[in-house]
Amino acid sequence: MDWDIVIGIETHVQLRTNSKQFSGASTAYGSEPNSQACLVSLAYPGVLPVLNKEAVNCAIRFGLATDAEIASRSIFARKNYFYPDLPKGYQISQFELPIVNHGKLSISINGKEKEVRILRAHLEEDAGKSLHGIVQGKTGIDLNRAGTPLLEIVTEPDMSSADEAVTYAKKLHELVQWIGICDGNMQEGSFRCDVNVSVKKKGDTKLGTRREIKNLNSFRFIKQAIDYEVNWQIERLEDGEKIDQATILFNPETGETRAMRSKEEANDYRYFPDPDLLPLEVTANMIDKIKLSMPELPASVAERFEKNLGLSSYDASELTANREVTNYFNNVLQFECSPKITANWILGVIFSQLKEKDISISLCPISPAQLAKLIQRIEDQTISNNAAKKVFDALWQKPNTEIDLLIDELGLRQISDSGAIDQLVEEVINANINMVNEFKSGKEKAFNALIGQVMKASKGKANPAQVSEILKKKLTI
Amino acid sequence: MINLSLKSLNQGLVKKKFSSLELTQFFLNRVEKHNSDINAFISIDAEKSLTQAKHADALIQSGQNSLLTGIPVAQKDIFCSAGWRTTCGSLMLDNFISPYDATVIQKFNEVGAVNLGKTNMDEFAMGSSNETSYYGSVKNPWDLSLVPGGSSGGSAAAIAARLAPAATGTDTGGSIRQPASLCGFTGLKPTYGLVSRFGMIAFASSLDQAGPMAPSAEDCAVLLNVMAGYDEKDSTSINHEKEDYLANLDEPIKGLRIGVPKEFFEKGLDGSVQKVIEAALMSYKKMGAELVDISLPNTHLAIPVYYVIAPAEASSNLSRYDGVRYGYRAKEYNDLMDMYFKTRQEGFGEEVKRRILIGTYVLSAGYYDAYYLKAQKIRKLISDDFKKAFEKCDVIMGPSAPSVAFKANEKKSDPLAMYLQDIYTISTNLAGLPGMSIPAGMIDNLPVGLQLIGNYFKESQMLNIAHAFQKETDWHTRMPDGVS
Repeated sequence: MDWDIVIGIETHVQLRTNSKQFSGASTAYGSEPNSQACLVSLAYPGVLPVLNKEAVNCAIRFGLATDAEIASRSIFARKNYFYPDLPKGYQISQFELPIVNHGKLSISINGKEKEVRILRAHLEEDAGKSLHGIVQGKTGIDLNRAGTPLLEIVTEPDMSSADEAVTYAKKLHELVQWIGICDGNMQEGSFRCDVNVSVKKKGDTKLGTRREIKNLNSFRFIKQAIDYEVNWQIERLEDGEKIDQATILFNPETGETRAMRSKEEANDYRYFPDPDLLPLEVTANMIDKIKLSMPELPASVAERFEKNLGLSSYDASELTANREVTNYFNNVLQFECSPKITANWILGVIFSQLKEKDISISLCPISPAQLAKLIQRIEDQTISNNAAKKVFDALWQKPNTEIDLLIDELGLRQISDSGAIDQLVEEVINANINMVNEFKSGKEKAFNALIGQVMKASKGKANPAQVSEILKKKLTI
Repeated sequence: MINLSLKSLNQGLVKKKFSSLELTQFFLNRVEKHNSDINAFISIDAEKSLTQAKHADALIQSGQNSLLTGIPVAQKDIFCSAGWRTTCGSLMLDNFISPYDATVIQKFNEVGAVNLGKTNMDEFAMGSSNETSYYGSVKNPWDLSLVPGGSSGGSAAAIAARLAPAATGTDTGGSIRQPASLCGFTGLKPTYGLVSRFGMIAFASSLDQAGPMAPSAEDCAVLLNVMAGYDEKDSTSINHEKEDYLANLDEPIKGLRIGVPKEFFEKGLDGSVQKVIEAALMSYKKMGAELVDISLPNTHLAIPVYYVIAPAEASSNLSRYDGVRYGYRAKEYNDLMDMYFKTRQEGFGEEVKRRILIGTYVLSAGYYDAYYLKAQKIRKLISDDFKKAFEKCDVIMGPSAPSVAFKANEKKSDPLAMYLQDIYTISTNLAGLPGMSIPAGMIDNLPVGLQLIGNYFKESQMLNIAHAFQKETDWHTRMPDGVS
């Protein structure tokens, strides 16, 4: 039997604000436990929440970036439950009236554009952390994270494979960094996904029962968890069993999912509007102000790259995957390098180096100016493409070296003097009469072999185009 | 120094008739003498109070004083006060020393007032007789076998017995006005949002409001001048233009239209209380005011609505008392759930637990629409009643409470009878309007309070109207026997 997979994603994006959602405490990561827990974070008697305006601005930025409706009035509600790392006994969140509604995000699947609808995005605060094993037999509570601002972004169930889900998650991850609302650090929990998965018989209009995989903080885990979960659900259904709605956890070590104990999830959260906070009013004026500070969005930049610079759609989208890459690319182009060659260098040589060293482009030792110089030396035929890669490797080790000095030091300057090449070609012809004859009797391959000989004789420094030209001339006389 | 107005005390201090140190010591002595009978205070810290008094004397010496500098003020134990134990009348916070000042406390400190001590109160401000306090019930100084009203019963008894010249209270459904009525002094619950709630331990956030308690309207104006003001730490505080509440006290009230709601004089009101109120209304008429019949048709819904909304908010507000970070924690427990259960079972009293249960119930899935949402809709209707009424009148008057002070234990086991104590006061909290109680007469040597309800931010006018009455009468200056 064939099955349709239906996936929706809820992402918790930690907003890049200096202070917490409802207090002035710092949000810096990795401090001493409870050193950033102010009286509000600790839920002392009598303290009150005051909304962080910067977090609201972040939500508006996200709404603008996804072409969403930004609610002129939204409501903060209390989600009530007891847990030691939830100091107030309730989390302040937006329930019935969120700040962002009905947005969309385009993803590219096998070259085809697909739109993922964003149902809503709402502001809320994070909980603290329970620390096990620090004190023997006891649980420690660290409230540094308690109250950290989050934007929870909820999609419609628009994705139909693990690949689509991962593509969406990556795209969203790029976008929230691009618009400056999240640092994107997944290890530190700045971007975490809850994935809702269900399956239904192919073509059925009615959705199957979903299970929600909680708290996935890497793209690899998203893929693994969905693959496992989909198989699990299909197997059950094919065995004639029923799926129960459940909240489940993914274990990265076993690659399996398991349902949480019903005790862990059986909560009636008793939502009601928080009487300590007024309805959040967003005016057209506020939105207009934020619009002015919005960067051009990646999709638009990519379109421009394709149209104006003649890049392929793949290259354009790769170069707009994050703002640092785009900036790097633009900075190289400032030196009037060929966009195509620049794109190839960044996406090829530089990316493979970055990947090998596991660093981001912001830590690339070779500056855009240096790369531009290198590309100019290819364009003005001072060095060949192959030689340029050698220069690049040397440059990676000694990033501040002057490129021209390095080229000479490595002896890679290309021979473009036609007299010198003429002489080399002459020598090769004389030494390889057999090959010359083969060529003359119609064996095209022999021509390339002769070029190879000339290149070898020049230690790779001869300009291949010139060699080819001169050789052809001499052989066809 | 006893029974002097705040203005007179200020004159005494400024003219060096006595120092703040002497004044503070005088009231500390009175507390020492009477508190064992009345139980008005939970915490007294003479050293702290006297240190503040010395500081105040220095301010007065250097001429940097205002009206409240050096004057002892009793603070309801619901206001967090740095370095003071702040219990909210509960075992749950018995060991809680506040690390910070509520905005109200900070404002008193800024003008050099002296914190005389923390007054007893119903546990988490839940009660109308001050019998739910973990620290024992408070006695009414007019008759020690009677209750002082609640929840600000400690502050009320302290004023009535002149253990303090002024006090603060909070009013969620009548907790300033009903005790003011039962103990015979002036109490004002301001418009919701006029006084900051920051640092005031929450009972029902959308209803709680702090206000002044003192013998006279003039004293209350002095206190409100300090207490009122926008606070960025309280998102529900309103940025209302700063007023001088003393400025209009002596305005003529001729032509004032007093609305008299017929629903406040129906079944349930004690007949002799009704006579006192009617006599007070006649006095106003003599002063040139006009009495206008009005109707507040949804008055009968105020108590049911209140007992949905207030417990709903309370059930959530009191979730933080979980034994994890501060306050009471059960001595023995097996695991986390057991710790929660035992801590809250032992740490909270009966009435608090009753309201947490009601609140949890009305917010539960399946009941929310029928209770909480419906209550919010009726709350709007109640506000609309007042809106209409204020088209016909400038101020509304009626009784503050249905009876004079009642016997201790009389209603303790009958919550519904107890809840009816607030029948005339609750609707103003639901509407966010200012309400006030002033002494209007006595029945068998027990005080009766007249309630004034004003339109939003009309505190200045209300104080003016009350002051006009107090210029003609002396009920507010009367003191119980045996406390002089």
